[in-house]
Amino acid sequence: MQLTNRSKVVVKKEMTLAERLYIPAIFSGMIITFKHLFRKKVTIQYPEQTREVSKIWRGQHVLKRDEIGAERCTACGLCAVACPAEAITMIAAERKPGEEHLYREEKYAATYEINMLRCIFCGDCEEACPKEAIFLTDRKVESLYTRAELVYGKDILVEAIEKDKRVDVTVRETPEVAEFKAHKEFGHNTVFENKKN
Amino acid sequence: MAKVTIDGQTIEVPDGTTILQAARMIVDDKNYTGVNIAPPTMCYHSKLKTSGGYCRTCIVKVTKGSEKDPRPMPKPVASCRTTVMDGMEVVNLTSPEVLESRKAVVEFLLINHPLDCPICDQAGECHLQDLGYEHGLAKTRYDFKRRTFNLIDIGPYIKLHMTRCIMCFRCIKVADQITDGRYQGMLFRGDASEISTYISKAIDNDFSGNVIDVCPVGALTDRTFRFKSRVWFTKPMDAHRNCTKCKGKVSIWLKGDEVLRVTGRKDQWGEVQDWICNECRFEKKHVNDWVIEGPTHIDRHSVISANHYENLSSLKLDIGKQQKQLNKK
Repeated sequence: MQLTNRSKVVVKKEMTLAERLYIPAIFSGMIITFKHLFRKKVTIQYPEQTREVSKIWRGQHVLKRDEIGAERCTACGLCAVACPAEAITMIAAERKPGEEHLYREEKYAATYEINMLRCIFCGDCEEACPKEAIFLTDRKVESLYTRAELVYGKDILVEAIEKDKRVDVTVRETPEVAEFKAHKEFGHNTVFENKKN
Repeated sequence: MAKVTIDGQTIEVPDGTTILQAARMIVDDKNYTGVNIAPPTMCYHSKLKTSGGYCRTCIVKVTKGSEKDPRPMPKPVASCRTTVMDGMEVVNLTSPEVLESRKAVVEFLLINHPLDCPICDQAGECHLQDLGYEHGLAKTRYDFKRRTFNLIDIGPYIKLHMTRCIMCFRCIKVADQITDGRYQGMLFRGDASEISTYISKAIDNDFSGNVIDVCPVGALTDRTFRFKSRVWFTKPMDAHRNCTKCKGKVSIWLKGDEVLRVTGRKDQWGEVQDWICNECRFEKKHVNDWVIEGPTHIDRHSVISANHYENLSSLKLDIGKQQKQLNKK
């Protein structure tokens, strides 16, 4: 049964004498090769050279801390539900009294894992985050030998507590976000504390 | 019988029916294909007597009082407390005025409500969240300090976040009507009012856990489920067990073999169908304690349906059947 009109009948044509000599074909091929020798090279010498990337290039994630060094993530699960690759998993825990300097709100992520093999670096997690906790940075995810090593836990994802070792993500804050945050009435990122017992 | 028209849909209802119930009857009708014209509710609960009339979320406009007295009612009325009259004409979604006033009501409800949805265990199935999403603004105009309260443990199973409470009185109605000894109530007045046991005294009662199910926000939550998982990562299944105290018909929220949470089965209005006892709710936490009937249907607009548990579990069942049939051949 013929389904389309696009099928072509294959015919094995007898080659002419010029074609059977092969020399014209070899020369036309050689001309193409030599032309490319004098063109600008398309490859770069990685790792000595690196390609220029966009200012907001999306690389390895970071879990931010706030001004006093407490983790911003509250394990709300919005990054995980937004993730199209289902790369993010987390387990929440309740903050104990005396841990206020470690965790910003009464719930925090006890474990937070991103499977870098599944991640497609789309940045949806960053967009979904209501706490400005997760950001994609310009750091590259290194290649490793086992799959298990590429499931990044909190030890890799959370930034260092020292101020000078923090990861700078200010370039990722668009003018629109800065404008939004300038309005007090939005107040989306203030901590609503219950009364201290 | 009274004939009432709501948003252009006419229905005959028995005398004494409220506008809200009539609207729900219209939507419940099998032949009805239109949009959901039933007003949203926060404090009204169909299984609780004398509930409703506090939150004013369900306000509608009566454009024609009745056949005998066709004058319109001067102000929007609470549809959960207003009974229908013969020939009454009501507008809900078709009236910009009603939608505008409902928006104002939502803004008032959100004045003292904290924006802690990322922490709250109710997030994802919270009626106030839905309402805010549908009617609210992204920003607040309120400039003053929000009221805050201490967290209270009502017994070993229930946590009270008074900060999140919107004063709907549903839990007090449950305490009054479902449980034997009432143990909580509203203290103080107006802005200072709060729900409490006053001396944080927990009274053991077999049905006290039902206050968690009726709470439209995250003020009363299950301590056994506290911060265990977000609801949209769990799989709700209809299940039952032989219980001597209650009917034992519940929804269990599964993660693997573990039952993270047990709740009563809710109808399409988010209201519990059967009250369940504390033993079922808090103590039966393994999948072997229950007979699973099938996935609980969750509206596809809910974030919980993002889990695709319904499709997956039905797929699993079918594969098993097919495999058995294959083995026979």
